[in-house]
Amino acid sequence: MHEDNAFTAAVSLILSGDAVLGEIVRLSLAVSLTALLVSAIIGLPLGAALALARFPGRSFLVVAFNALMGLPPVVAGLMVYLMLSRSGPLGWIGILFTPSAMIVAQSLLITPIIVSLTRQVVEDLWGEYEEQLRSLGSTRLQAIPTLLWDGRFSLITTILAGFGRASAEVGAILIIGGNIAGYTRTMTTAIALETSKGDLALALGLGIILLTITLLLNAAAYATGRIAQKVAG
Amino acid sequence: MHGSFSILPLRAEGLTYNIAGRALVDDISFEIARGTRTIIMGPNGAGKSLTLRLCHGLLKPTLGSVTWNGAAYTEGRKRHAMVFQRPVMLRRSALANLTHALSLTRSSPRDALSRANEALARFGLVELARRPARILSGGEQQRLAMARAWALDPEVLFLDEPTSALDPTATRAVEDMIKAFHADGMTILMTTHDLGQAQRLADEVLFLHRGRILEQTPAKEFFERPRSDAARAFINGELLW
Repeated sequence: MHEDNAFTAAVSLILSGDAVLGEIVRLSLAVSLTALLVSAIIGLPLGAALALARFPGRSFLVVAFNALMGLPPVVAGLMVYLMLSRSGPLGWIGILFTPSAMIVAQSLLITPIIVSLTRQVVEDLWGEYEEQLRSLGSTRLQAIPTLLWDGRFSLITTILAGFGRASAEVGAILIIGGNIAGYTRTMTTAIALETSKGDLALALGLGIILLTITLLLNAAAYATGRIAQKVAG
Repeated sequence: MHGSFSILPLRAEGLTYNIAGRALVDDISFEIARGTRTIIMGPNGAGKSLTLRLCHGLLKPTLGSVTWNGAAYTEGRKRHAMVFQRPVMLRRSALANLTHALSLTRSSPRDALSRANEALARFGLVELARRPARILSGGEQQRLAMARAWALDPEVLFLDEPTSALDPTATRAVEDMIKAFHADGMTILMTTHDLGQAQRLADEVLFLHRGRILEQTPAKEFFERPRSDAARAFINGELLW
């Protein structure tokens, strides 16, 4: 099949509102956005705490989280697989090859990104605010919510970086989810599969949708951030 | 305004602050009595700002001590506040900046809000209440920082060159606020480079040079008959180093 034809077929597939395609897109977004939410809930306070806390081993943790930003998705997938497989320590939960397990794997991938970038944002803000906040009697613990809120515009970018990682990766969810049609098949795993099968139209269609969603989300976040920043200074 | 109990006098004894083995504040001792306006003067690098920070508890002295009414400094609800050269405003409304500061003193949200509104009304800042604090002018931000400090009801207010980045109108407004604070019974300890300002505001002058106190003199006397040669040179605008 020529790429021209594949492209035309991809567009008509998207326009046809194909149910299988819709399900794949829905699951992809559900998994990545849930993983993003979990990671943000864990990563924002953890990153801020890491920025402000002073304890032995802090430098090691900072380096470790920075390094984990580069954790290869297949390795994350393998680790979660070993934990969740029937003979693994968490095998009794029985969620391997389910969307839940995929969310766990993606959270493992995104959390270090959110922790590290949040730590940097909050550390920079603390440099600016420290004297004033300490003068007002704020403890470092009390400063965490203050700085997270004041860093909200920079943290939007942090969240987007996390979403980008989740929506783009294929290695972890392929191992953990198993790419089961109609159940754990996502855009990226489907693209990998359809390309190897030679169904370039579906693969390309999914690729276009994935790029479009990513673009729209980023544009929306950027616009929201800019408008909010204008209003809030 | 604080009943009979007072944290004053403030007493600094043998206060020394070293960075990399160099004494930037070098064995200084002084006492600040209740109700006075003391201006710390001296050339750049004399240790003025460091002295304020040591008194306020932002820095720990290398040697020596700061005691309040005879008791060693303890954390807890502070009864002294500080206004900095560049006010740090949070990215939220002017009003929210005040309620944030008050919430750190364990005021209930309702008390914090009424106190914040009271402070804005007291200093004619009501129309700024809903505006984002970060996009106010430098003068408005500094007046807001002053109102924030006032809202905390401190017994002592430290001011570190509060007007050095402001235009004359804003400077005048801040000076008026300092006078109002003092009239409310607050004790003032501030640094300034501005001789005219020192003459307008000071009850007494603490003159620092190279980390040491050269004199602590009533203001009128300081400007007419300074005791130290360095202070005389400083008042005459001669270069000091």
